[in-house]
Amino acid sequence: MVPISHYLWVSAALFCLGVTGVLVRRNAIVIFMCIELMMNAANLAFVAFARQLRSLDGQVVVFFVMTVAAAEVAVGLAIIISIFRHHESVDIDQVDLLRG
Amino acid sequence: MHLAAPTFAQVLFWACAVTAVVMGALVVVLPNPVSSALALVMTLCAVAGLFLSLGAQFIAMVQVIVYAGAIMVLFLFVIMLLQLSGQGRRERTLLGPRLLGAVLGVALLAQLGAALATATYPSGPGDPAFFSPNNTLEVGRALYARYLLPFEVTSVLLLVALVGAVVLAKRKF
Repeated sequence: MVPISHYLWVSAALFCLGVTGVLVRRNAIVIFMCIELMMNAANLAFVAFARQLRSLDGQVVVFFVMTVAAAEVAVGLAIIISIFRHHESVDIDQVDLLRG
Repeated sequence: MHLAAPTFAQVLFWACAVTAVVMGALVVVLPNPVSSALALVMTLCAVAGLFLSLGAQFIAMVQVIVYAGAIMVLFLFVIMLLQLSGQGRRERTLLGPRLLGAVLGVALLAQLGAALATATYPSGPGDPAFFSPNNTLEVGRALYARYLLPFEVTSVLLLVALVGAVVLAKRKF
């Protein structure tokens, strides 16, 4: 059996990649994808601890996280579309005001 | 020195772990958003493989169907709708912020690694449901019994997101 620390290392690596992506990239859609990467890292840690504690609760929490992620993506992409209509761009350096 | 042959669980773990991290790095590095999205699909599938190796069959399948299927299709639709992958729409990036972002990412990894290196992991007494060979049945039981209220609230959340997305993406307010 692969020890839990290995899974947590993968989870930490994925989370740091997501953070780096959010800091480095300027395209709003790619930043969104990096947020998904971070959520997956968190999900991996949840499932790894579910096995470690021999409990199903971690897996149920991952189910809820996925639902929230789906809702977030739907609303977030709708916001990106309406920003694009307004500015003709999804570069977050050009879209730095909350008002249009 | 004699090395023991790796078990199936170890092979599955290493294959999926390496794929997930390499493809995750490609999501950040690749300049074209469509390539990033496809790399993210590979990452999500590799994480689903890791879920399988942890004995979470239901979550692994939901990961492939909902994440790699539905959510990534939504991403690709929006990228193609906005036509972001063409020439002349390149991201303008400066070297300074890029380096700073990479340094901060490595610093965060170092901190998490320091925490992981000293951590100990107690094992729980164990829920008999966890050892059931029918993982989907047991997760379903948990969802409809202990987690019934959060489950119902989730459906309201999805309805609100649905209405919100339609209202936000509408052309005229």
